[in-house]
Amino acid sequence: MAELTYRDAVARGIAQEMTRDPDVVFLGEDVAKAGGVFKATVGLFEQFGPLRVRDTPISEQAILGAAMGAAMTGLKPIAEIMFSDFFAVCFDYIANEFAKSRYMSNGQVKCPLVVRTGNGAGSRFGAQHSQSVENWCMMIPGLKVVAPSSPRDVIGLMAAAVRDPDPVIFFEHKSLYATKGEVPDGEIVDTLGTAKIVRSGKDATILALALMVPRALAAADKLKNEHGIDCEVVDVRSLVPLDTQTILGSVARTHRLFTVEENPRLCGWGAEIVSIVADEAFYELDGPPVRITTPHIPLPAADILEDIALPTADRIADRVRKSLQS
Amino acid sequence: MATVEDRALSKTSLNDDIGEETRLRLYRVQVEIREAEQRAFDLFLQNLVKGTSHLSLGQEAVAAGFAVAMKPGDLSFCTYRGHAHTLARGVPIEKVLGELMQRDNGLMRGKGGSMHLTSTDHGVMGSYAIIGAHLPIACGAAWRAQYKGAKDVSVCFFGDGTTNIGAFHEALNFAAVWKLPVIFVCENNLYMEYTPIGDVTAVQHPAADRASAYGLPRIVVDGNDADEVYRAAAAAYEKARAGNGPSLIECMTYRHSGHSRADPAKYRPDGELEKWKERDPIKIYRERLKQFGIADNVIAGIDADVKQQVDDATEKCKAAPMPPLDILTTDVYADGGWAWRN
Repeated sequence: MAELTYRDAVARGIAQEMTRDPDVVFLGEDVAKAGGVFKATVGLFEQFGPLRVRDTPISEQAILGAAMGAAMTGLKPIAEIMFSDFFAVCFDYIANEFAKSRYMSNGQVKCPLVVRTGNGAGSRFGAQHSQSVENWCMMIPGLKVVAPSSPRDVIGLMAAAVRDPDPVIFFEHKSLYATKGEVPDGEIVDTLGTAKIVRSGKDATILALALMVPRALAAADKLKNEHGIDCEVVDVRSLVPLDTQTILGSVARTHRLFTVEENPRLCGWGAEIVSIVADEAFYELDGPPVRITTPHIPLPAADILEDIALPTADRIADRVRKSLQS
Repeated sequence: MATVEDRALSKTSLNDDIGEETRLRLYRVQVEIREAEQRAFDLFLQNLVKGTSHLSLGQEAVAAGFAVAMKPGDLSFCTYRGHAHTLARGVPIEKVLGELMQRDNGLMRGKGGSMHLTSTDHGVMGSYAIIGAHLPIACGAAWRAQYKGAKDVSVCFFGDGTTNIGAFHEALNFAAVWKLPVIFVCENNLYMEYTPIGDVTAVQHPAADRASAYGLPRIVVDGNDADEVYRAAAAAYEKARAGNGPSLIECMTYRHSGHSRADPAKYRPDGELEKWKERDPIKIYRERLKQFGIADNVIAGIDADVKQQVDDATEKCKAAPMPPLDILTTDVYADGGWAWRN
């Protein structure tokens, strides 16, 4: 067991898989010699060499297209798109190519690749380098979508993503890179499509993803300490496949549902989950499901503005308390 | 610069570097494409081909020249105008017509349609309907060959209109910098869709005139002469297999029909189609075979044989069932199904 940053866990997760399988290759902008702009891939170039860890031009379409062509002919590429906002310039590959080639070809074409990307706010980068775009990917049939919240999950879900036969979009949260967590020694392999109950409770279920997980946990502590409200916090981890059984099971115990989403309000992942719960567990609910999200706005750069845009522990706690007490 | 016509007229000597067997193969492939495409159009008029279709009538020499010069294991990446390139790799006519007719015997059992013909067993790695998308994908397949030390070459076919989209330029630079064994083949049929390519492009030759930007030689070939295409293809394959990187080849050609089945191509100046039909690739090649002493009855035998093949394929497709409804949700994910939740 060792304490590791989320940032170092990225490199360890990739290294674990590259060591295991010589068909795993890694490409992206500034990822090799420079070790990544977030320093999340430091050491991989030195360890695995220039044939397996490759710097690319600033050509997001070429990066994702090349990853796909390599994947469909036998490699297991990991491609980095530096900021998830840049998905918008290469979205054809995500939406039309990776996701549909297997179906359109009646199963002939395979696409076992991972796209890892820096997602989320907190760095004061403004509207084009701060977005949470996991919902852009969740809506596309054929993709798998994960977003780890801890160093251990980074390694385990990276391994699961690389070993998965389908295209996986792997959202790393920029504001989590410096956070630390305990990580066991040796190989770690997790399972896609599994949510994790990170805090047990009986009064309400709070679903969260990535950066919102530590904030939901802080809110739960506050609610317990200040108001005696005992919340269960579920780290959704994987939007596709979605572990609805863990979510429905938690709602059946607590009878209240809150989602904490960093994405802007419309069509966030919480809306889909609320609709599933309404459809399949309506009579378990003692009150309306509540979505706590970033407002439906582009993100501002100024720290005082960005800070009030994202759900905070205080806002989550306040919203849960008012809802339960109303 | 000499026009296509000038260069065709300047052909003075009969080259014998290609050989009779390969020439007969080039001819047969072109006739197969011509007959199958013409049949696809006829079946569309009978409402038996549904959806859209983009024919390569008039462009057969490009597909034949590149495919016949390939080795087994080489990979083709096509556009929505991909019937010709799929057939040229040896995919049975029945499988292509079956897909166009949305039958269970189609290449993808009706799940892909005319614009997405794919037969990985034949090296046809897909037909891509988003302009430019498959150039980077072909780079990736070539990267795999380079990484694995394999000798296969990835060949990516696209139209003149593709040269104005970003992915074209990203892929050319990427392939050149990584020195990938990939060949980019521009079929310049003079029209992007309905608009003349010259009206929307800063240079005369939309592909070849951009080659220098990526450190590549400028290559323009007569795309209606299968021998010329074959020679250009063979040289590019040799370069790629030797580890000397990508090629960009612009083939001058002309489509006899509209952009898609919805397009009567009324935007063409009077006489243009007729002029190009005088340079019909199959007509050119039939004359070429005769010049090389191939007997009329051999040529007629190929024509009759192909016609019979297309007739047989048509009957099989007409008799084939529609796909079963349960394939609606198969092969979304690698487990064969579509489950996104537990």
